[in-house]
Amino acid sequence: MNSKIQWLLSLVIAVCSCATASPEKPSDKPATPYDHHSFERVRARNLTPTASIKENVVLRDATVMTATGEIIENGDVWIRDGKIIAIGADVEATDAQEVDARGKWVTPGLIDTHSHLGVYPVPYVEALSDGNEATAPTRADVDAIHSVWPQDPGFFAALQGGITSMQILPGSANLIGGAAVTLQMHPAVSSRAMLFEEAPRGLKMACGENPKNVYGEKGGPSTRMGSMAGFRAAFEEARAAIQAEEKFELQMGTWQANEGKEVDKPAEPARDRGVETLMAVIRGEVLVHVHCYRADEMIQILELADEYGFSIRSFHHAVEAYKIRDILAKWDVGVSTWADWWGFKIEAFDAIPENAGLLTEAGARAIIHSDDPVGIQRLNQEAAKALAAARRSNIVISDDQALRWITANPAWALGVDSVTGTLQEGKRADIVLWSAHPFSVYATPELVFVEGVREFELGKTKPWSDFSQYLLPEETR
Amino acid sequence: MKNTILFLCLTLWATPISAQVMLKNGTLHTVSGEVIPKGNVLIGKDGLIEAVDTVVIPPAGYEIIDCEGKIITPGLIETGTSLGAVEIWAVDGTKDAKFDSDLIRAAFRISDGINPNSTVIPVVRNGGVTSAVTNPYGGLVAGQSAWIDLMGTHAFLTQINPSVALVASFGEDAAKAAGGTRGATALTFRELFDDVRFFQKNQRSFDENRSRTLSASRLDLIALQDAISKKTPFVFNVDRASDITAVLALSKEFGIHPIISGGAEAWMVAEALAKDKITVIVQPLQNLPFSFESLGSRADNAALLEAAGVPVIISTFDTHRGGALRQYAGNAVRAGMTHEGALKAITLEAAQAFGMQKTYGSLEKGKIANIVVWSGDPFEPLTQVEHVFIQGKEASLETRQTRLFEKYRTLQRRGEPAEKTADKPVETPKD
Repeated sequence: MNSKIQWLLSLVIAVCSCATASPEKPSDKPATPYDHHSFERVRARNLTPTASIKENVVLRDATVMTATGEIIENGDVWIRDGKIIAIGADVEATDAQEVDARGKWVTPGLIDTHSHLGVYPVPYVEALSDGNEATAPTRADVDAIHSVWPQDPGFFAALQGGITSMQILPGSANLIGGAAVTLQMHPAVSSRAMLFEEAPRGLKMACGENPKNVYGEKGGPSTRMGSMAGFRAAFEEARAAIQAEEKFELQMGTWQANEGKEVDKPAEPARDRGVETLMAVIRGEVLVHVHCYRADEMIQILELADEYGFSIRSFHHAVEAYKIRDILAKWDVGVSTWADWWGFKIEAFDAIPENAGLLTEAGARAIIHSDDPVGIQRLNQEAAKALAAARRSNIVISDDQALRWITANPAWALGVDSVTGTLQEGKRADIVLWSAHPFSVYATPELVFVEGVREFELGKTKPWSDFSQYLLPEETR
Repeated sequence: MKNTILFLCLTLWATPISAQVMLKNGTLHTVSGEVIPKGNVLIGKDGLIEAVDTVVIPPAGYEIIDCEGKIITPGLIETGTSLGAVEIWAVDGTKDAKFDSDLIRAAFRISDGINPNSTVIPVVRNGGVTSAVTNPYGGLVAGQSAWIDLMGTHAFLTQINPSVALVASFGEDAAKAAGGTRGATALTFRELFDDVRFFQKNQRSFDENRSRTLSASRLDLIALQDAISKKTPFVFNVDRASDITAVLALSKEFGIHPIISGGAEAWMVAEALAKDKITVIVQPLQNLPFSFESLGSRADNAALLEAAGVPVIISTFDTHRGGALRQYAGNAVRAGMTHEGALKAITLEAAQAFGMQKTYGSLEKGKIANIVVWSGDPFEPLTQVEHVFIQGKEASLETRQTRLFEKYRTLQRRGEPAEKTADKPVETPKD
């Protein structure tokens, strides 16, 4: 079998095995005595009330931008039970509430692969700053979901901009910052109620200036070579742990087959949650996202991953990705970048606004991300700027391709492209109705459905964050 | 004023002779007057606007640029950056916008550190920005802001006025610098301005060492005295409504002419601001409570201020991305500001607030020919910048970024990229 297909298949299995909602268990893995270590993100019961109405609605006569390559003029989109039931002209929608969308645009819900909402919430005060467990350069044991404060006013602001799901990551102080989590945009008492259940696990890693700046005087790494040594040490440990586990499995098998005595029962290897996470990475069960600006460093990270037998799902920021776009296309690595951020540090000095356009032209998966509570509110404008830069330099990019930078491609990077990211029958009803073409600066989301739930309606939905309540006396508003 | 004249003289002396250009049949957003649906702009040899009209007869000797279907505006003015004084924020040696050792540094002039060859200038220019107010920051009085034109390459051409404003702060950061409280900030300002008054009356005694100790250095006092007597504006970085009120009171008390910069909660005191025609520099994307002094942040701040009759300037407050100014203005419109108001907020209003309106900010005969030709509505991200004129001369749209793009337009490779091997299953231990 083609090795790539095999790899993709293993990934699909991995996706299924992590989906808490999915009843399937990977059949090729025998139950082992230490199954209780298996890494379910949250095993406690979901205490958050999430009752919400999945509406039966049809949007009529809009320009439907599907992000599949097709743009339908005067198209209808019918959603029911949280799914897209039908798209096309004159859809017959049984018992559906009709929405006149003439002169308006419909797109998939926007997806941001790189956000710190909740972990670096507003207001920016030390007491709420929970994004970097900067106590050691390798903290694969921590999970961003435990830092997400669902009352961050930034969530509602992002929803107003058409965001229906996003990946929340730990910061980039650490080489291995911890688990990243994909959330969907629902109001919630705890972050658990925002969990995008079909999403596989993610891991945040970082190279370049940040880790060495943070740890330069705190025991290292203080150099890029120190950082690489740190990565290697961590993955060596994980590899050794896999070998120890497999050895234990063999011994256990033998012991069970021979009906051995209790005193001879092989000792279970010691476990560590961080090491387990990296073991899962090597096994292809985790999507790895690496904060990395420079082309040479991306190559080093790809080589590191290749050596330890795993894949990089996407590079983040990656302002020099255009320099190695052929390699990124060939290795099928996603690239999350900005439209016009540059020059704030030396590893961002070579950023060019054509980055996304050149990547797309080369067949790589370009993504426009925000990394910012302001930018996440207008990813459509950011994509439009990157599109304009590409067109100015005669790179041919269609509106649909540019829309994929903020919908289908981020869905792929987060491993949820089979359920969202495009407007297709059977997919989740993550949908935005825009007042104008989404690449216009004047376009505003009028309706946002998240899994068929009307989470935002312009002029009607009030900010849900507790922090936003009565911050100012009534008469000043 | 002497400085301004000197710089203008040097500017005129050093300006390369601008080509005579006719921008023909564009839609002219003059800002000072009505929109002219089909009009021409003539740029003279002296780098000034020679005519703005609808006459179609092309004068002899003029290069004609057909602007049919295009929009022509004055060059945009970004007032909230440290352009030219910061190359890379995270590289210490390239930052000349902050003087760390003192709370009061009115004599600090950012113009002394402006590098006209900065790679940031052409990138910002590509967004249709032709002039900038470049600002110092930090402390209570950070220093003097300069007005620059974004032609780059020559200090005399770039720096038009080394001292268009003084920058000060009032709020959380200022309180921290002043000793922990807003009261301490106000007290420090009062002491300072009281000393400036004393200095004005007793400079000779002071110079002869026959005066009490004053709270700022001699050059700071001179700079402040000049500022107060000449009404050079004081740009106050301030967000909370009550802090804005405090700044207005302090300004009245000492005869200062304030400009409110940031002004997250300015909409709450719009009436007072409108009454005294106090200009507010707004960042229209700021709609989140980033701190406890900006709890009232809202996207329609600019729109509310405009409606109340407050002069509004729009800024990105971002040095490297100052070229996104037009997008910020577009977002102000999206939140309810008028299109005319938003365009004025990044042209004439900016010139007006910094005393440069006689030569900048609109398409008017006799003004400096800082002009941009756009493919469409300047606020739309898909609109392209087609021509930029600065001091009558067409500016290059080449940047370090366009050079990198050209360099990597095709990828030079000496071999094929390696194959991925990671698909192999993990080796199992043999024993």
